[in-house]
Amino acid sequence: MSKVCTEENFQELQQAIATHAGKKGSLMPILNDCQRIYGCVPKKIQLYLSEKLGIPFAEIYGVVTFYSQFSIEPKGDYVIGVCLGTACYVKEAQKILDEVKAKIPDLEVGKTSADGKFTLEATRCIGACGLAPVMTINEDTYGNLTKSQVEAIIKKY
Amino acid sequence: MSDQVTLTINETKVTVPATFTVLEAARAAGIHIPTLCFLKDINEVGACRVCLVEVEGARNLVASCVQPVHDGMKVKTHTQKVREARRSTVSLILSTHDQDCLSCARNQNCELQTLAADLGIRETSYENGNDKKAVDDSSWSVLRDPNKCILCGRCVSVCKNVQGIGILDFVNRGHNTTVEPAFGLGLKDVPCISCGQCVVNCPVAALKEKDNIDEVWAAIEDKEKHVIFQTAPAVRAALGEEFGFAMGTPVTGKMAAAIKRLGADKVYDTNFTADVTIMEEGYELLNRINNAGVLPMITSCSPGWVSYCEYFYPELLPNLSSCKSPQQMLGALAKSYYAKEKGLDPKNIYVVSVMPCVAKKSEAKREELLEDVDVVITTRELARMIKSAGIQFDQLQDEDFDADLLGETTGAAVIFGITGGVMEAAVRTVADVLEGKDLDLLEFTALRGVDGIKEASVEVAGNTYNLAVAHGTANAKKLMEMIQNKEKDYHFIEIMGCSGGCVNGGGQPYVPAFDKLGVDVRSQRAKALYTEDESAPLRKSHQNPQVKKLYDDFLGEPNSHLAHELLHTHYHQRQKFNLGE
Repeated sequence: MSKVCTEENFQELQQAIATHAGKKGSLMPILNDCQRIYGCVPKKIQLYLSEKLGIPFAEIYGVVTFYSQFSIEPKGDYVIGVCLGTACYVKEAQKILDEVKAKIPDLEVGKTSADGKFTLEATRCIGACGLAPVMTINEDTYGNLTKSQVEAIIKKY
Repeated sequence: MSDQVTLTINETKVTVPATFTVLEAARAAGIHIPTLCFLKDINEVGACRVCLVEVEGARNLVASCVQPVHDGMKVKTHTQKVREARRSTVSLILSTHDQDCLSCARNQNCELQTLAADLGIRETSYENGNDKKAVDDSSWSVLRDPNKCILCGRCVSVCKNVQGIGILDFVNRGHNTTVEPAFGLGLKDVPCISCGQCVVNCPVAALKEKDNIDEVWAAIEDKEKHVIFQTAPAVRAALGEEFGFAMGTPVTGKMAAAIKRLGADKVYDTNFTADVTIMEEGYELLNRINNAGVLPMITSCSPGWVSYCEYFYPELLPNLSSCKSPQQMLGALAKSYYAKEKGLDPKNIYVVSVMPCVAKKSEAKREELLEDVDVVITTRELARMIKSAGIQFDQLQDEDFDADLLGETTGAAVIFGITGGVMEAAVRTVADVLEGKDLDLLEFTALRGVDGIKEASVEVAGNTYNLAVAHGTANAKKLMEMIQNKEKDYHFIEIMGCSGGCVNGGGQPYVPAFDKLGVDVRSQRAKALYTEDESAPLRKSHQNPQVKKLYDDFLGEPNSHLAHELLHTHYHQRQKFNLGE
């Protein structure tokens, strides 16, 4: 994606490193900034951080794969999260998830659509069980969903 | 606070230092608490929950490996509750472990197998639902089988903290967790130095040496081949452990006898070329000192260290001695000098190295060195060959190595297997050469022992020479930084890739983690080699009569043109990661 490897992003990453490096526990805030700046923590950036911070490449990769807030591939402009927690699941959230996949071509859970617009995630409980089944798109929350509502919601983006 | 505390373990009062953990206190009281992830000084994290005990007043069972003792503490180590907790933990670990034990490389020396037996686990409680994962066989030295991995983290700790590298780490989370290099890269595509410390510290067969035994048998069967075995000094210090001898028992004579029975045409001691190394390296050092060459000069015997330098300190490669390691020198001389003297075609000479090391397997595959050694096996592989040949090792009468041409050795050579040993051997010779006489023997106690970095200064012929020794690459890193910051002017530095030197190499017999709690493997095995040095008739490399003959009849003099061609090599910077892009 074009937005990933710009000089501007790299400068911003340098800033983040300068702010945090050298302090104990600096890796997490730097990775958080990196995720925000690039929309992901790409392989080459992980290797760069390893050299720059003197932290083994495998350790950085381990942290990135441990926390779900980090991704290695760029996320789409809109991240769709379909909750598959217990309450949503018994309220047939799987059907909502299947409908999202049906309406956006070639979209798989954990992947980004070819045009870079949507990323689909199947989340654990997001704590909105009263609204089950629940779907989030970036900061927006949609509750008490039925399969037939999905297409119209996606069209808004 | 008093330095000692008294606690009760299973109705027995025990007084121990206040710094002890419950695990250490129990050991002192003669009680064996099972462990799995625990590795003294290296991995003390309380992760696997196998060492759980009951402590009076504690809400839950506590991990004894990380629980400090305190006065009046009451501990129960083997109650029904504890035993059941351990059994269910280990049963769960077994459920994700590939249990083809009978055909496993660790069959009968697997810590998990022993643990399951000790805990009385007699049935599989949970089916293994894992998909088969790909085995990484990309390295010449180390094979990584994630299907066997139980996520104890011992390899992660030793690589990151003792070696200061961090090739392996935990990846993903929960049930999907694995231990692997970044992005699942193969070990050949990451700066793995092949030291094998992950291998000797793995409780199961998730990390093991590449097995080259079949190649050795094939060469022995091949009537065209003249098979020469060479054994590194550290092998004799540990091989006995595979056959029930106490740690630190030298088994040199039995080892030579066993290898002859395997069908070797000749058995030589790598000590011979350790002596040659001292000649070549000693003269190289003098040459650098006298001709304003690059100093400090750093030893190059340890292939783990050489790889480390190539990956992480390429700017210091000019400091590395150009000498090949003793195993390569022996291979090179076998196929030149020995072949010539014996009238053999070098093509038919097949050199088998028995090494305490898995990095030697990769060293022998270096493009610059490919001709010298045909195959490398570890101490463990030699033990397996001896067992599979039906040789009753403990019943063997001691025999000598072959004595002709490459057969004489000195005490200086045998201590090559211990941290500080190469330096000590070098000083014995260099001091004599500089002073022009046979000096009283120098025993460098300052360079002995297991401190990470050791320093000494020696006065010879009116000049002072600064020496340093490091072992384990995390210590090497510290020393390299001291050199780069010009904190001190050293003349000569010895580095060995593994902590303690070759006696604790990645190819040496496995020692269960619980046993390591009571003994320093490095020092214990070192004793075997120091004893052999002390009883050697000759203790200085340049006094080796066959080394003198080698120079008189063949090489000319140390660092001669021919010596350079056969016994020296070069190094190159290596790319740390191959991302395949």
